[in-house]
Amino acid sequence: MGVEQSKTLGSGFVTTSLDKLVNWSRASSMWPLTFGLACCAIEMMATGAARFDLDRMGILFRASPRQADVIIIAGTVTKKMVPVIQTVYEQMPEPKYVIAMGACASSGGIFDTYSTVQGVDEFLPVDVYIPGCPPRPEGLLYGLMKLQDKIRAERNTFGAAIGVGDVIHNKA
Amino acid sequence: MSDQAIVEKLKAKFSSEILDVVEFRGETTVTMKKEQIVDICTFMRDDFGYNLLCDLCGVDYLGKSPRFMVVYNLYNISTKQRIRIKAPVEEQDANIDTVSTVWGTANWHERECWDLMGIKFNNHPDLRRILMPADWEGHPLRKDYPLQGPDREPYQGRLS
Repeated sequence: MGVEQSKTLGSGFVTTSLDKLVNWSRASSMWPLTFGLACCAIEMMATGAARFDLDRMGILFRASPRQADVIIIAGTVTKKMVPVIQTVYEQMPEPKYVIAMGACASSGGIFDTYSTVQGVDEFLPVDVYIPGCPPRPEGLLYGLMKLQDKIRAERNTFGAAIGVGDVIHNKA
Repeated sequence: MSDQAIVEKLKAKFSSEILDVVEFRGETTVTMKKEQIVDICTFMRDDFGYNLLCDLCGVDYLGKSPRFMVVYNLYNISTKQRIRIKAPVEEQDANIDTVSTVWGTANWHERECWDLMGIKFNNHPDLRRILMPADWEGHPLRKDYPLQGPDREPYQGRLS
């Protein structure tokens, strides 16, 4: 019918939506900040190391908040640590996400005391809570995949970034 | 030199200062008045070789008088001997002289004791908080400090 069978795989064009392209790239290169506070950081390091290998998901730990997309609050947050975390969080460029890893970061955990913050959501917008004390690497991996789902369900993130409308958060 | 001999010499030099001597399971504890604590500690260091202050801490005996006790755990590195000195401090205007001139390490120990117990150390070179945030109010290791902090309802036990 006048349509020739192609001899190559396409010709350099893909049709997709902007949201899909942007979300695909964001979800495939979530760079978390190297930031550990307690024993959860040990599990976070194990998740990043050879056996579980976060690199295969495009998740590379960055030592600078300027290059990070995600901050994993891995451990007990003391009240003295709050201004430090806030400074680091504010230094991260948008879009940025927060994972509360473990019981302490989610709720204060066993440290129901005067010196401990009862959940990091008291001062940061948390996207994913991971239960466990500490969570196994599989738990952290699952949490990161949940965050990827959340990123993929977002709409108009690019538009919001250049000043057109707001981000629409759909349920993942 | 045995612990008994050290205590005897201490008794001879500071007879009016000694309040109590206890030996329990080979550990000797001497309770002394706080007024001459610097002289006593210098004497312990120079004459008996207690060249290491292992720990300095405060104890809160809430309800008793005097309320606080400052504890000095001393160690003689060459003879591997230990001795403990305690000095009672009353609740009203709790203060004791600093021994940071005797052992340099006492500087931070006394800052911790001030931070958590609220015992002032006179003539301390740098008496600031060391563990809690600088703007913290109160001294959280005191027995009458609420565990969950003054701005929260205390834990009432499990609801179920």
